[in-house]
Amino acid sequence: MSNQLIVIGNGPVGHKFLESLVASGQADQFEITVFGEEPRHAYDRVHLTAWFESREAASLNMVPDGFYQANSIRCISGDKIISIDREHKRVTSEQGEELSYDKIILATGSFPFVPPVPGHDRENTFVYRTIEDLEAITAAAANSRVGTVVGGGLLGLEAAKALKELDLKTHVVEFAPRLMMVQVDDGGGSLLRGKIEDLGVSVHTGKNTQNIGDGDECFHKMSFADDSELETDLIVFSAGIRPRDELGKQCGLEMGERGGIVINDHCQTSDEAIYAIGEVALWGGRIYGLIAPGNAMAQAAVDHLLPGATASEFTGADMSTKLKLMGVDVASIGDAHGNSEGALSYSYVNEADEIYKKIVVSPDKKHLLGAVLVGEANDYGTLLQFALNKIELPENPESLILPALDGVSAGGLGVDMLPDSAQICSCNNISKGTLVEAVQSGCCNIGDLKTATNAATGCGGCTALVTQIMNAEMEKLGMEVNTDLCEHFPYTRQDIYNLVRVEKIHSFEQLIEQHGSGHGCDICKPTIASILATCWNDHILDDQHHVLQDTNDYFMANMQKDGTYSVVPRVAGGEITPDKLIVLGQVAKKYDLYTKITGGQRVDLFGARAETLPLIWRELIDAGFESGHAYGKALRTVKSCVGSSWCRYGVQDSVGAAINIENRYRGLRSPHKLKMAVSGCTRECAEAQCKDVGIIATENGFNMYVCGNGGMKPRHADLFATDLDYDTLIKYIDRFFMFYIRTADRLQRTSVWMENMEGGLDYLKSIIIDDKLGLCEELEAEMAHIVDTYQCEWKTTIEDPEKVQRFNHFVNSSNADSNVVFVRERQQIRPANEVERKDLINLKEIA
Amino acid sequence: MSHTETHWQDICHLDAIVPNAGRCALVKGEQIAIFRVKKNGNDALYAVHNHDPFSQANVISRGIVGSIDGKIVVASPIYKQHFCLKTGSCLEDDTAQLKTYPVRIENNRVQLSA
Repeated sequence: MSNQLIVIGNGPVGHKFLESLVASGQADQFEITVFGEEPRHAYDRVHLTAWFESREAASLNMVPDGFYQANSIRCISGDKIISIDREHKRVTSEQGEELSYDKIILATGSFPFVPPVPGHDRENTFVYRTIEDLEAITAAAANSRVGTVVGGGLLGLEAAKALKELDLKTHVVEFAPRLMMVQVDDGGGSLLRGKIEDLGVSVHTGKNTQNIGDGDECFHKMSFADDSELETDLIVFSAGIRPRDELGKQCGLEMGERGGIVINDHCQTSDEAIYAIGEVALWGGRIYGLIAPGNAMAQAAVDHLLPGATASEFTGADMSTKLKLMGVDVASIGDAHGNSEGALSYSYVNEADEIYKKIVVSPDKKHLLGAVLVGEANDYGTLLQFALNKIELPENPESLILPALDGVSAGGLGVDMLPDSAQICSCNNISKGTLVEAVQSGCCNIGDLKTATNAATGCGGCTALVTQIMNAEMEKLGMEVNTDLCEHFPYTRQDIYNLVRVEKIHSFEQLIEQHGSGHGCDICKPTIASILATCWNDHILDDQHHVLQDTNDYFMANMQKDGTYSVVPRVAGGEITPDKLIVLGQVAKKYDLYTKITGGQRVDLFGARAETLPLIWRELIDAGFESGHAYGKALRTVKSCVGSSWCRYGVQDSVGAAINIENRYRGLRSPHKLKMAVSGCTRECAEAQCKDVGIIATENGFNMYVCGNGGMKPRHADLFATDLDYDTLIKYIDRFFMFYIRTADRLQRTSVWMENMEGGLDYLKSIIIDDKLGLCEELEAEMAHIVDTYQCEWKTTIEDPEKVQRFNHFVNSSNADSNVVFVRERQQIRPANEVERKDLINLKEIA
Repeated sequence: MSHTETHWQDICHLDAIVPNAGRCALVKGEQIAIFRVKKNGNDALYAVHNHDPFSQANVISRGIVGSIDGKIVVASPIYKQHFCLKTGSCLEDDTAQLKTYPVRIENNRVQLSA
């Protein structure tokens, strides 16, 4: 039986529907076709503004590679359905494709409303909805000085932020008397306005645009009903949305008076074979323009489509939101305006710190009905739970928003008070019960919990609450988060780092005597060796340190599967002279080493026996090479593209910068390896955005990216700061590295460190850029010490005969390990496999 | 042929093995990892076969020495399994076992019986 299911619209909600259907395990009952009119697959429109950080559509992609193929879904992009024939159950696409259907899911979304004022369709007017819109705005901004957003709602302010970051003098024009009319009251609105104006955006409220015509100094002149005028080069309309309901009209479904396709609690339209979900759907006379209700509708539709499933119903949605608008925290919960009958409100205004908070409570003061928070929204999660779960308020409800003057947290909400059914993450509809279960089945850090449950991966507003629930549950399980480094030290890596620094401890023996027990192990010894190296920068093979090192650090080379080592000399920035390249070739030839080019723009020489390492390094050092630290949890390479010296497009000398940076941080020991790259222009040929620190040259300086990663779990780096001059860039990298080294766990890459950081990127910026903790001077001094005391570990080692003799395989013989056997493949050596080795060793014995 | 006493073979001076580390000795064609562990200021020696059964490489002497649950262990430098130095047993896999050898210090010389 073929059961044709057609999903019309491939936006976030349409995709959520497909995801939920696949997750149900019953998608194979249907032959699924999804139509999207945009040229690409579903992407994350909620975070549209993030496109400006990378200018890569891929960064917003919501569809995992292979999703459609794996689930036998036919996906058609760049075509749209233009008519539905309900009588014959057929649809027709713009490009003439005709398909019959059994069920249709309408997820066509909405379009931005553009007020029909004369001139609204002039050149250089835009909306803010798709990646193509942003590309067009960016192109126009290059030739503009002034930009204006029409609409001071949530999306309008996002658009204003984008224009500001495109270096335009930015205006926001709002018809209503205040910004964010729906979510915020007068008090919050005026504070928000002040904060946004402080950022250099001009706000004009109560402005009714009458005409847009030619400007005198700019491209457009906007004229308002109060006879005032505004000149601007480009205009972005963000004056609300309208449902894309034309198919509903075309095929005669029941429509709302002002548009929208009417649905029931199962998201069925007036034709039971056709469902509508997301911003095209009208439920209870209302269009829901947020992602969370759209996702809930998608789930309700899936549940209803599947026979026998316990149907969730869509019965309206909470429209509470928390977001950061141009760096200002804004949150709104429930009845923010106190419209409910007899509602009482409390407010707290702190003009000095620019904070506004208001709560709306029931007439009996027992329940929270709504709230507005501007300037600081830390209480959002708690307040939302009070409102959603109708938890009884404390006797003095105002304590919920008053600051904790005595340092004791005011009327907070213990997470224990929440029922298991409490919805914690509203974007993805994750309940407390789901989180608790995930913790019980082994998620012990916020990163794992996010991956396992999807909680806190939407707007992120619930991160703090999710963390509290995790910690509370772990405590309850007696799993008291054991963060001890190992059985020998009842401390975290960070604790030990601080002990070493503060007590000026210089050896493992001293540390274990004063703060630990036992003999140590292969966990704590290398970790502490690394900490000692960062703090004091002694030679890693000094007497008190060398027995702590992993074999790679002990032999200062990378151990391979057969017990031989590979050698990687430093080639800073990937720049190497022909003479040095020849030396590498000669050394490789002389010692018969397998040679391979690495991903970090160096040459790796494999197959060196331990006892030949000092001989090899004697030759390399004589030729001017130094250790590349490829063996250490340390700075590896700073990769670069060729930059402005040669490239037609380069805007800075990326090779020069990479060499300077690599030479500055070479030898720096850290919790895990560190990789960097410098690209000479925005084309990003050095792939800097998958590095721990990536640098991309701009015409005005350097953009700095942090916490990227390739490898098993790739992470796109976050844009940390823009257009830095070289000195500031170095200052920020100094601080960033030392803060990471000080606070990360053992073997925690910067990407995971960032994922687990409470407060995330903004918090990191506040420490590194704004020096909120007053640490920066210290961090810089610590880095300066490392830079000043750098030595080539190999050079020092080969000058010490006692150290050199430790490289011999046998303590009582000069023989080599007879078990190391190579065969030749493609003109080079490789370790013999077990069969080959047995044959070769037998041959030798017979001979 | 019967031995009434163990035959001790001289290997090296004690100083050739750094405290809390291992070195490999070649004894009658066998590779034997000898470890010197400091316990309360005294030296204790252990000897196990140098062949790592998990990687088939002769690398046990290059592992980090430590203690786990009171047992003195070495961690294989390749895949990090722990072997008890006293018994040679593997903590992670009881089917894996390193052969052990008698070893002693005599007049600051390391001596081994194989």
